[in-house]
Amino acid sequence: MSLKNRHVISVKDFSREEIDYILDTAEKLEPAARGEERLRLLDGKIIALLFFEPSTRTRLSFEAAVHRLGGQVLHLGSVEASSVMKGENLADNMRVTSNYADLIVLRHPLDGSARMATEFASVPIINGGDGSVNHPTQTFLDLFTIRRESHLEGLKIAMAGDLKYGRTVHSLCHALSLYGAEMTFVSPPELRMPSEIVRDLQKNRISVKETDSLEEIIGDVEVLYMTRVQKERFLDPEEYEKVKNKLKITGDLLSTAGPNLKILHPLPRVDEIFPEVDSTPHACYFKQAFYGIPVRMALLALATGVIE
Amino acid sequence: MRVKRNLKIQAIECGTVIDHIKAGQALNVLRILGISSDFRATISFVMNASGARGKKDVVKIEDKKLSIEELNRITLISPKATINIIRDFKVVQKNNVVLPSYVEGIVRCTNPNCISNSNEPIKSKFFVLQEDEERVALQCLYCEHVISENIAENLL
Repeated sequence: MSLKNRHVISVKDFSREEIDYILDTAEKLEPAARGEERLRLLDGKIIALLFFEPSTRTRLSFEAAVHRLGGQVLHLGSVEASSVMKGENLADNMRVTSNYADLIVLRHPLDGSARMATEFASVPIINGGDGSVNHPTQTFLDLFTIRRESHLEGLKIAMAGDLKYGRTVHSLCHALSLYGAEMTFVSPPELRMPSEIVRDLQKNRISVKETDSLEEIIGDVEVLYMTRVQKERFLDPEEYEKVKNKLKITGDLLSTAGPNLKILHPLPRVDEIFPEVDSTPHACYFKQAFYGIPVRMALLALATGVIE
Repeated sequence: MRVKRNLKIQAIECGTVIDHIKAGQALNVLRILGISSDFRATISFVMNASGARGKKDVVKIEDKKLSIEELNRITLISPKATINIIRDFKVVQKNNVVLPSYVEGIVRCTNPNCISNSNEPIKSKFFVLQEDEERVALQCLYCEHVISENIAENLL
């Protein structure tokens, strides 16, 4: 299987076999991601990191991934000092940058920008997040974490927090449905999983349960994927406090959890996971952040064709 | 006895009659076909005419054959419309409009944060989804946003 020159825009563009291949590749690259091996796979290759909006984790982990593969990075620098401020559109930017780099990692505030970029770039694009639509490398690293720390096939998973606006949970639902899963959605009524997504999952014979209580489900699931509830989603600050207090992972809550429960979180967290949870064997969110490196290394290596 | 005469709309000698348009959508049909003031052919239409299946609109375009793609766009706002090709006052061909799977540059994405609403040199692009017999939805190729209502109001 070759993914050479493939754009990585949405997880939906990939079959289960292709996803497995990406995750297998990431697993092979894990020692290098830890710095235990030195690789020169991207030697002589230039990767452009075009971040049109602030991002710490995604940018740093892509940069680390390029370095771990022995490649060079090209930065946009600050948007304020770039051609964007002179009014250059993204289409021209993609045409020009294609002449400077072998692959472009793009993060852009507008929805659908990454898909558009593929129409103008002559090198592969990896979407590092386009507005509120897709963030495929996050989904690949979530899948990798689940596979490494638990299992993908027929997983019993709960997703909790802001399920209405959270793009990470939407993409993850789709990807997990390729493996069969029992899904439970835990959220306040105003932040429930969109009904079209629930309908699509049920069409694919995925069992779906919805609740607003973590206590109710904590003993029955193998993975709990927690997300942050954002204050700005609520008009009434009191309502926000109420919801926030209900969706918290504490040591107490975990006393009824199964021994193999793994907790994931795309980070940053605020106070939805108590610090006392960090040292338990359930906590996987920092490992998850690390797994972003081998997964991004795999995508870079496969899309540039240095691994085929 | 008084002769009942149909003065609402005349039969045409040659051209295209778009019948069974959803009531009230005739002007949008003209819009979706790109028919504006510089269009040279004669156009006549009725709105809210009583038909066997309730109220409907009808559009007649004389001496002009529209392309299949143009006509099929009508499904976006009126999936049950029919197309009659007229020659010598007779219907020589009758077709239902066919839902296209993809449309470009016809509808504006209603997501204000979509890249297709910015200054990029692109046309809007949508996959066409059939919700049910009467309704059509559009999914933006770029931002994946689904427009299931008021498509006519977002015609470009």
